Amino acid sequence: MSVDSVETAAPPEATPPGGNAVLAFLRNTWRGLTSMRTALVLLFLLALAAMPGALLPQRSLNSPKVAEYIAAHGWWGRLLDRLQFYDVYASVWFSAIYLLLFLSLVGCLVPRTLEYAKSLRAKPVLTPRNLSRLPHHVESTVDESVPDVMARARQRLRGWRLVEREEGGGTRSISAERGYLRETGNLVFHFAMLGLVVALALGKMFSYEGQVIVLADGSQFCNSGTLGYDTFRPGLRVDGTDLNPFCVKVNDFAATYLRTGQAESFRAGVEYQSGADLDSGTWRPYRLEVNEPLRTAGDRIYLLGHGYAPTFTVTFPDGQKRTSTIQWRPVNPQTLLSEGATKLDQPGVTDPALRRQRQLAITGLLAPTAVFQGSLMDSGFPDLLNPAVAVDVLRGDLGLDAGRGQSIFSVDQSLVNDGRLKRVARANLKPGQEVKLDDGTSVRFDKVEQWVDLQVSHDPTQGWVLVFSLLLIAGLGTSLVIKRRRVWVRATPADTGTVVEVGGLARTDRAGYGEQFDRLAAELVRGGRPDADR
Amino acid sequence: MPTDDALSRYSDWTYFAAVAVYVVAMTLYFVEQALSRAPRDEAKVLVSAGAPEAEGKQRDVAFPLEQERDVASPPRGERFGRMAVSVTVLGALLHLISLALRGVAAGRVPWGNMYEFGSVLCLAAVTTWLVLLQRRAPVRHLGGFVLLPVVLLMFLGGTALYTTAAPVQPALQSYWLVIHVFTVATSSGALLVPGVASVLYLIKTRNEADPEKLAAIASRLPAAETLDRLAYRVTIIAFPAYTMAIIFGAIWAEAAWGRFWGWDPKETTAFVAWVIYAAYLHSRATAGWRGTRAAVINAAGFAVMVFNLFFINLVVAGLHSYAGVG
Ligand code: HEM
Repeated sequence: MSVDSVETAAPPEATPPGGNAVLAFLRNTWRGLTSMRTALVLLFLLALAAMPGALLPQRSLNSPKVAEYIAAHGWWGRLLDRLQFYDVYASVWFSAIYLLLFLSLVGCLVPRTLEYAKSLRAKPVLTPRNLSRLPHHVESTVDESVPDVMARARQRLRGWRLVEREEGGGTRSISAERGYLRETGNLVFHFAMLGLVVALALGKMFSYEGQVIVLADGSQFCNSGTLGYDTFRPGLRVDGTDLNPFCVKVNDFAATYLRTGQAESFRAGVEYQSGADLDSGTWRPYRLEVNEPLRTAGDRIYLLGHGYAPTFTVTFPDGQKRTSTIQWRPVNPQTLLSEGATKLDQPGVTDPALRRQRQLAITGLLAPTAVFQGSLMDSGFPDLLNPAVAVDVLRGDLGLDAGRGQSIFSVDQSLVNDGRLKRVARANLKPGQEVKLDDGTSVRFDKVEQWVDLQVSHDPTQGWVLVFSLLLIAGLGTSLVIKRRRVWVRATPADTGTVVEVGGLARTDRAGYGEQFDRLAAELVRGGRPDADR
Repeated sequence: MPTDDALSRYSDWTYFAAVAVYVVAMTLYFVEQALSRAPRDEAKVLVSAGAPEAEGKQRDVAFPLEQERDVASPPRGERFGRMAVSVTVLGALLHLISLALRGVAAGRVPWGNMYEFGSVLCLAAVTTWLVLLQRRAPVRHLGGFVLLPVVLLMFLGGTALYTTAAPVQPALQSYWLVIHVFTVATSSGALLVPGVASVLYLIKTRNEADPEKLAAIASRLPAAETLDRLAYRVTIIAFPAYTMAIIFGAIWAEAAWGRFWGWDPKETTAFVAWVIYAAYLHSRATAGWRGTRAAVINAAGFAVMVFNLFFINLVVAGLHSYAGVG
């Protein structure tokens, strides 16, 4: 029994005489698209289309994993790639679904809003002739007069929107309705969703996100261009020329751990400047922690990760020294065993050919808390309790002049295979210890610095996203809590008093109306027994 | 912060005591269910009594009053039912104590890993159930069907997923842990009840279509209408709560991970579940989609929630990998 049909999305247009076929087709398509059933199907499609993103690796989250997956799955992996299954949320099919849903939503909301505006001024509908055909109905004869019954009914129906009508022959009726806010809430909810989608789309265009590793030894990072970042992900309309200017200086970093090695807290002491501070050179302190991003200049700066950077000093046979501190990356997130490659040129060597024989790379593992099994080193704990490195020193051509980009965390293995880069020493070193090379060069492991991984995020619409989310939840709550109810009361004079008829209709969520109606009707029929339940 | 081993041990004991008590309650509910008269007989009586008017004038009683129900239920079953409810309340109290002790032992709110999350979720499901009974829903003897998944989840949680009480990692040290995880756990727990009701609805209608099928269970279930309403009434409370939980999660993610939404597997699956529940509410307003289809959608929604809890936590790695298992 469909008492309250909501299938009214399509405006009832009159078919033009003669009937233009194209117009008719467009109208039918539009009607189909904006029907409740289509919205439902699109919702399913949306759910279905979103799911692969949780089950397959995604480029936006972890692109090496995608490469691994494709390699491991052969033609199947490549097919999925061609079908954009590793970029689900940017894929053509996912976008198509939500765009259609968006259209359907607009098409659904426009007529409903118009109808809603009309209904705001409309009077409750006429009292049906035959109240006994309604789902709820009570009839009884009382001693009071018609006006008295009406007066009591109006009293009881305070807060309802109602009209009283003369029906002739001394019969009068009241038509009452309440729960209009439900439709308000529902519309607010759906409009908020529209707003949310628009805000998200704009955000995608004008946002950017960059990551950079900064040594926690007073080093600085300034948001002056994309080149300053290790990785930079611009929105569609961001070219990287207009970044919000600010600078951050990382003075120190501290982590605390439980005995189990589980991290308990991370904290970076930073100073920052933005706006007028940039000109005056003022630095403001901030304690950067997980969950406590620094918000400045319209951007947010996050502490995303941390790691260790060993400092090596190389003393060449001619007495010249080079010192280098460069980040190594954790390979074990539990123990922070790290790997990396510190690469150096010998100072004063200008001849390119000679340079390509004399470049040095110190590569291997760093353990913040070293434990040895024989000469094999591992890390037993993530904190810097007993640092050591296990390194190979390589000499020869690092391939830095080749113009090919290479990882800062490793040497180009093909150069080693070609014999252009040769291992000249292997050693386990503690801070202060050094290893001598065959030509008299010494490599000393001085100490370990900390580095932090900072993320800078810019999203001009996220405030709007929040506003629309809150509207969404407010509308949803209103819409689901408030029920639409109709009640009609008719009083007809009779020989022995007044016949009172009460009819009721629940326009939404019929559950729960029965008891309510019974109570209401009982009062209207039998006379004002006071009731706590309004 | 050090954890108090003794307290933590007491918490584990009360947890398993609660499971045991729930098992007893479940048994009692099932006994009541077995003793209760098949409502199909009642339905027949009703139809024959009001045959001419029954069409279109069906009474819209939300849940008939307790007394009406009492008439139909034999006194023996009634006794078991009453006992079952008292035992459930006892179980819920033990359950609550176990969570409280856990919180004190770990020095934080007791929903910081998967074991604790599951525990809160189950307590929310049981509490939702008790509140429904308080509202005189004529469904008391269905308690066994609600407690069955609760007991299973708690048993799994207390064995396979068990984690010792400990502080949480830095990303979780935020008052948003209190707010977000609590709302997720409680709204998910509440959604268990509509999920169960929807499955029972499907059993019932299957049986109505073909009385041969599933007769053993279906003959003692309340009318399909009642189950449908039960599912709806709880969903319209739990769904906004779940929506809020997701929004809280987004607010937290903005502070902790640098973006409010990133299609992390957990987020994605939560989104999918949300869309399915939205589709459920839509289906109830769409001609031809009420009833069976709506029940299927609601049950699917809960299936996705469970999938999110187990599969995504344990098999798929993501930022949300805080299960603390393994
Ligand atoms: C963008 C995707 C959509 C989502 C996530 C969504 C979600 C929801 C939810 C959660 C409800 C129940 C809460 C309430 O009544 O306020 C609802 C109700 C409703 N929606 Fe949507 N909706 C969407 C699109 C649409 C579209 C395209 C239409 C029009 C065809 C539509 C028409 C309705 C109607 C008429 C109701 C009221 C149902 C009732 O009276 O119970 N919605 N929607």
